[in-house]
Amino acid sequence: MTLSHPDTWLDQHGDALYRYAVMRVRDSAMAEDLVQETLLSALRAKDSFAGAAAERTWLIAILKNKIIDHYRRSRHEAPLPDSDDPDAAIEAMFNEADEDHWARMPAVWANPDTALEQAEFWRAFQLCLEGLPARQAQVFALTELDGLTTEELCKVLEAQPSNVWVMLHRARLRLRECLEQGWFGAAGGNR
Amino acid sequence: MLSCKEVSLLISRSYDARLTWRQRLAVRLHLLVCEACRRFTEQMRFLRRAGRAFADRQRDSASNGLSADARDHIRRTLRGQD
Repeated sequence: MTLSHPDTWLDQHGDALYRYAVMRVRDSAMAEDLVQETLLSALRAKDSFAGAAAERTWLIAILKNKIIDHYRRSRHEAPLPDSDDPDAAIEAMFNEADEDHWARMPAVWANPDTALEQAEFWRAFQLCLEGLPARQAQVFALTELDGLTTEELCKVLEAQPSNVWVMLHRARLRLRECLEQGWFGAAGGNR
Repeated sequence: MLSCKEVSLLISRSYDARLTWRQRLAVRLHLLVCEACRRFTEQMRFLRRAGRAFADRQRDSASNGLSADARDHIRRTLRGQD
């Protein structure tokens, strides 16, 4: 595979890079900066493009590193919350007075496979992701969207595995509840 | 016996790390008697699939791109590099 002319990168991949970035840093100005930095780096590195990957995959790999650098920088301003700090929304999902059973029984999710084919489901999913607290969204995106291992995540965030697992657990519990209410809930999930 | 809260943490963790045999056993025993946590387990399996599928879709989707201003700004910056 060969690279197309750098002048075309912005038109061909700019939107995809931006969407990738904004989902993960949740700040449109920062996402725009990251897209620009990515294209500048790509321009400088174009002679070293190995041709093993598609052009967009190559650009996204560069962007991913920029995002991780961004996380590293922001980590010093706002470290990962301590997992010993209780999270009220999560506490409310379990009934402490009743041996920490679920406060509300999780529902059976009807037709999950069909949901994955529906544009409306993905809008609901995106809204739920956007509703997560920033740190939980970050940890969830790096793990579930980007496939980072706990070990890699701990390096990026300078955090302990147990802390990362608690953050992931909280993110998943929140998403679960949000999807159940926003999609799989009353309407039956087979809209 | 572990609580639902503890079991849900272990089930979530099982997607990120290998549980010890003791933990796996405790989860399995709990799931035998707990319909709520069985449902939760199914939902976590779905969430993993959905996360991966979402990442693929987002990559190829056509909406919510750069604003015209941002695009112009980046274009000017890139030109300045030539």
